Amino acid sequence: MKKYKRSFIFILQLMLLMLPSIVMAEDEPTTGQIQTNLNFVWTLLAAFLVFFMQAGFAMVEAGFTRAKNATNIIMKNLMDFSVGSLAYWAVGFGVMFGVSSTGWFGTSSFFFSDFDKDKDLWVYAFWMFQVVFAATAATIVSGAMAERTKFVGYLLYSAIVSMLIYPVFGSWAWGSLYKGSGWLEGLGFIDFAGSTVVHSVGGWAGLAGAIVLGPRIGKFGKDGQSKPIPGHNIPLAALGVFILWFGWFGFNPGSTTVGDTSIALIAVNTNLAAAAGAVFAMLTAWCVYGKPDAGISLNGALAGLVAITAGCANLTPFWSVVTGAIAGVVVLFSIIFLDKIKVDDPVGAVSVHGVCGAWGTLAAGLFNAEKMFDMKIVGVQLLGIFACFIWVFVTAFIMFKIISATVGLRASEEEEREGLDLSEHGAVAYPDFSVSTH
Amino acid sequence: MIKVEAVIKPFKLDAVKDKLNEIGIKGLTVTEVKGFGRQKGHTELYRGTEYQVDFLPKVKLDIIISKEMEDQVVSAIVNTAQTGKIGDGKIFITDLKEVIRIRTGDKGKEAI
Repeated sequence: MKKYKRSFIFILQLMLLMLPSIVMAEDEPTTGQIQTNLNFVWTLLAAFLVFFMQAGFAMVEAGFTRAKNATNIIMKNLMDFSVGSLAYWAVGFGVMFGVSSTGWFGTSSFFFSDFDKDKDLWVYAFWMFQVVFAATAATIVSGAMAERTKFVGYLLYSAIVSMLIYPVFGSWAWGSLYKGSGWLEGLGFIDFAGSTVVHSVGGWAGLAGAIVLGPRIGKFGKDGQSKPIPGHNIPLAALGVFILWFGWFGFNPGSTTVGDTSIALIAVNTNLAAAAGAVFAMLTAWCVYGKPDAGISLNGALAGLVAITAGCANLTPFWSVVTGAIAGVVVLFSIIFLDKIKVDDPVGAVSVHGVCGAWGTLAAGLFNAEKMFDMKIVGVQLLGIFACFIWVFVTAFIMFKIISATVGLRASEEEEREGLDLSEHGAVAYPDFSVSTH
Repeated sequence: MIKVEAVIKPFKLDAVKDKLNEIGIKGLTVTEVKGFGRQKGHTELYRGTEYQVDFLPKVKLDIIISKEMEDQVVSAIVNTAQTGKIGDGKIFITDLKEVIRIRTGDKGKEAI
């Protein structure tokens, strides 16, 4: 009897030991599931950081423009994100990542129509990440067209760029990240987080807009000399740059869309390029103008960030510094050049995003860690740079011309003098101050 | 010596200053002011409520000249600051008792 009792107690103890794993077997995730969950969390966290860049853009633009237009700047920034989000949900995402039979644009996934919500939640996380990128491209244009654009015209632009111009080029370079496929990525085009896909698209669209609009009243004198129109709040502009720098830690490392150790190098490259851009822009301005100029230095940081965006995953830290430093020098000379050819870009958007986006894309080919200065890779990079310029500048130019001929693109002279806050939105941003004297 | 006070539209300031410079006026004082005459203000909106703003931003110039230059200066200002629309502004002319340069102590016409 005692023998059976001992065995019985032994079996009972064994069962008690197994109890936890029997009860929890259903709930315990596999390591694969944990990695998937981590990917979701990282991608979405990065998306939220990139969303915050909208605040950065708004502050940069408000700081570098006049007080009498501050409300208008805010509204344009609020709306290019809001209208853009809706447009990208409806059409843009599908064009960019839908099934693409030609390799030139997608034709499915509109309104999330072709995904099984019981099975594949990844499309939600991926869309969230992509929509904030699309919105970044859209909001770049706001700065180049500041202080003289009719609000209605700008709303139309926001919808069209998010539905068509941005996603078509995006599909060429990134389509296969979801259901599509692009002819450019098929050739080996390197643009990890979007120096060309996002920043050059925004920059060249901004260039088209600035050209169609013409310069602000009083920007160029009778004999063609350029007159500065100072921004009303440099600390606000600086706050904007810091917010953008911060958000870029979602923009670049987040583009892995995977939570693993590769994000560390990307973050380091991003930071070094930004720092190099700021320092070298400051030094260049110091040499050219005799003083370390704040506005140029701030633009230099952004230039470095834009430039490293293409190669942040395939460059070494040293070459990231070089990329950022060159961007810091290039941005100042680009600003001077645009001024010389009488293109009025109030915040330097075309120089920071268009020109430095192109430089960064080239740098990603030149300084590719696995195969430096490989001319075949560089050739593909150049092809992508030019394809982007032609697609974006031409379609944007036509679009702005059509908007100009229909609802109107440029505010009237009186509206511009009075300040767009009053004429477009019926209220000034700073009622306590007298702001419309220049 | 006379003082010419001109209240003009703000965006005309540069043009008026350049014109005055052309006819030999090398100094002036500018103040930012608010005011209204026949030009009505406008309605503004704040969180859904309308309110009336009567005062419009203007710029006032104070120019000290010798009496001989009066007609020249007045026509320079009128021709340059005019837009033809209501709100172009006004010019006020007063006699001036004395002018002194602080740095040197010059008085009268030499101090202008």
